[in-house]
Amino acid sequence: MSGGLEGPPPEERPTPEGRRNKQGIRIDPEVEATHEPRRTVISALVEHEPGVLAEVSGLFSRRQFNIESLTVGPTTDDDRARITLVVEEPDPGIDQVKKQLRKLIPVISVRELEPDAMRRELALVKVDADRPDQVAAVADMYDAKTVDSSPETATFEVTGARQKIDAAIETFGQFGIREISRTGTTALARGTDETAGREPAAAVSSAETANQTTYTQTHTDD
Amino acid sequence: MSERAASVTPAEEQHDDHEETTADSREPGDEGGPDDEAEPTPVATGAEAVVRALENAGVEYAFGVQGGAIMPVYDALYDSDVYHVTMAHEQGASHAADAYGIVSGEPGVCLATSGPGATNLVTGIADADMDSDPMIALTGQVPTEFVGNDAFQETDTIGVTTPVTKDNTFSTDADRVGTDVSEAFALAREGRPGPTLVDLPKDVTNGETDREPDEPRVPDTYEVQERADSEIVAAAAERIENAARPIMLLGGGVIKGEASDVCREFAIEHEIPVVTTMPGLGSFPEDHELAMEMAGMHGTGYANMAITHCDTMIAVGTRFDDRLTGGIETFAPDAEVIHVDIDPAEISKNIHADYPLVGDAGTVVEQLAEAVETSPQATKWRAQCQQWKSDYSMAYDAPEDEPVRPEFVVEALDEATSDRAIVTTGVGQHQMWACQYWTFTEPRTWVSSHGLGAMGYGLPAAIGARLAADDDQEVVCVDGDGSFLMTMQGLSVAVRENLDITVVVLNNEYIGMVRQWQDAFFEGRHSASDYGWMPEFDKLAEAFGAQGYRIDDYDDVADTIADALAYDGPSVIDAHIDPQANVYPMVPSGGDNGQFALTEDQL
Repeated sequence: MSGGLEGPPPEERPTPEGRRNKQGIRIDPEVEATHEPRRTVISALVEHEPGVLAEVSGLFSRRQFNIESLTVGPTTDDDRARITLVVEEPDPGIDQVKKQLRKLIPVISVRELEPDAMRRELALVKVDADRPDQVAAVADMYDAKTVDSSPETATFEVTGARQKIDAAIETFGQFGIREISRTGTTALARGTDETAGREPAAAVSSAETANQTTYTQTHTDD
Repeated sequence: MSERAASVTPAEEQHDDHEETTADSREPGDEGGPDDEAEPTPVATGAEAVVRALENAGVEYAFGVQGGAIMPVYDALYDSDVYHVTMAHEQGASHAADAYGIVSGEPGVCLATSGPGATNLVTGIADADMDSDPMIALTGQVPTEFVGNDAFQETDTIGVTTPVTKDNTFSTDADRVGTDVSEAFALAREGRPGPTLVDLPKDVTNGETDREPDEPRVPDTYEVQERADSEIVAAAAERIENAARPIMLLGGGVIKGEASDVCREFAIEHEIPVVTTMPGLGSFPEDHELAMEMAGMHGTGYANMAITHCDTMIAVGTRFDDRLTGGIETFAPDAEVIHVDIDPAEISKNIHADYPLVGDAGTVVEQLAEAVETSPQATKWRAQCQQWKSDYSMAYDAPEDEPVRPEFVVEALDEATSDRAIVTTGVGQHQMWACQYWTFTEPRTWVSSHGLGAMGYGLPAAIGARLAADDDQEVVCVDGDGSFLMTMQGLSVAVRENLDITVVVLNNEYIGMVRQWQDAFFEGRHSASDYGWMPEFDKLAEAFGAQGYRIDDYDDVADTIADALAYDGPSVIDAHIDPQANVYPMVPSGGDNGQFALTEDQL
């Protein structure tokens, strides 16, 4: 009713030609920069103390990061635990995941693993044992170990990369799967490369932000 | 200090020397002797270690409310030089501590008991988290053996506050609890500030210990980068030199990082127009020619034009909140962004940084100042900015025979106070009018709930700000009727502590901002926004023992404000304003900053 101000209305104002995409990146009309989600493994070395896992998982739900798996376990150092995360996000999202993790006080170091990193997952698959020979043949095909067998069921342990486990589960499906339990991906960097080292978090992030100057263009490394 | 609190009774509140009373109470050793100061008695319990940690950190004030699980800490406070202000509600304690932190730059301290005490603190903690204000909260907890049993007044305070604290700690050991508090204090202050919390089970605070707390020190895993990468600084400097349409965008981080002076020098030397965010108000003097003032949803038209059309943005200490950016797609779409922030996670979070400069605001702007050799050639741009300032002037009509315009009241209050006067607000229309019509010239004079938008912030914030401010700084709270009603029980504190604050309630008997949005977006259906009736705040103030005033007409404004400011103690002006007044300019949520509406029909 009242409170209006004077001045040229919106339609009479000059408007800039540029735009940004939803990730806040200026769109170059020549090379439109879009970031498609990609799956990657992030490893974090954390203080081995109560509440850290809750803090990390809370961070992911709170910030709507798309997480596929999260595993945690002790390391050779009693005071340290390793958290391995598989996330699926566009590059800016992956960058945010790493930075937000580093901000948590109990987090010592964070690293995104190279695509060639060793990734393993374990699954327990409980199937109907109506056709024991065929079941055994499938188990053999996936190097699955028999963990338990009863007249009605057989339970196998399959270890390997996620794709292998997916394939094993699909193949076991023909016998009728009663239950499965999967651990989620755990991972280590290859050779002498350190998975998530003890370097201070700030040093890493400064190097990474420096690299960002190249982010104006399409950036994919998977 | 409880003796002092008892000695300042409402009956005595009109002492001429109450200001001195407040000032005196800050002096360490005022109540004990100097000898106590020199040789503190060794700690004997966890609670004493907690209080000793506060004393070692130089804490002068704490804001809180007593209760079962926190009683051991309060017992230790009884012998301490830390002056405890008993608040009427824990929400007020956390807001007061937050405001204390904003004005002083040192973490404000709040305390509460377990369960409801802790949950009542949460609004203020969340506010401090959103605004990166230094604050430490100490909460009582049920004894460790009861934790997890749903004991009386048990809440999982760590669980509740994890998403809204920079860090929190559940103390498990009387020997360690003092150091936990020291560490929390250091973390609240260092790097990007924020709220920290220490949860104190009663058996830990009651537990025996002779361990003195360590000095406040951040944990080894926490590192802060002070200086930015010099290569990126050089590239950014080159970009600035070649800019045709540069602006500086100064955020709250400029104020928290004590970088106002260096930013001012940089902008003035290179003649770069300056836009601020809402938390950045006061970082640059708004009466300066280069000042474009606040941008964003209710920013000035000229700030939003400048931000939309710039080709180079030097953004310092801002997190590009959605209320600033509007729609991301249309935010400064032609600008190469130089982003200075101490928190690497803010870089390219919402707006991509072409030149990411992680580091302390003052240090990095100094690095830029050294690297920039020639000023940008931007004469035409500056003329354009001045033209926008005149095209989109914030002038308003104030016909004598109509209800009082809120803008007029804000300007009159600004006029009647010094440049260093501190303004606190609640949240809503009145807050926006305060942003728009107060001419901010000094850092740490604007105290508001920016990110969280917590109605009720204003009065408890004024209490915290008063105790942090210099004696010659006025503290005024520009409030709304809805916001004031949420925390006005804090008046009892202001009266008991005899605090010289002036509350101006811009009373339109609406939740005005909601009413404005309903008119614009919900066909004028005033669902739950129209109070239709409000208490008489001047009389209510009198009932509390404060001084009450009322404004109905333009003729009342100047004199009433002068009287209220002259009153030595808490006063409340119930200013009845035009209930139909709206806040403009306005960029609707997710809108294009450059397409701000000047009137409702442009939305």
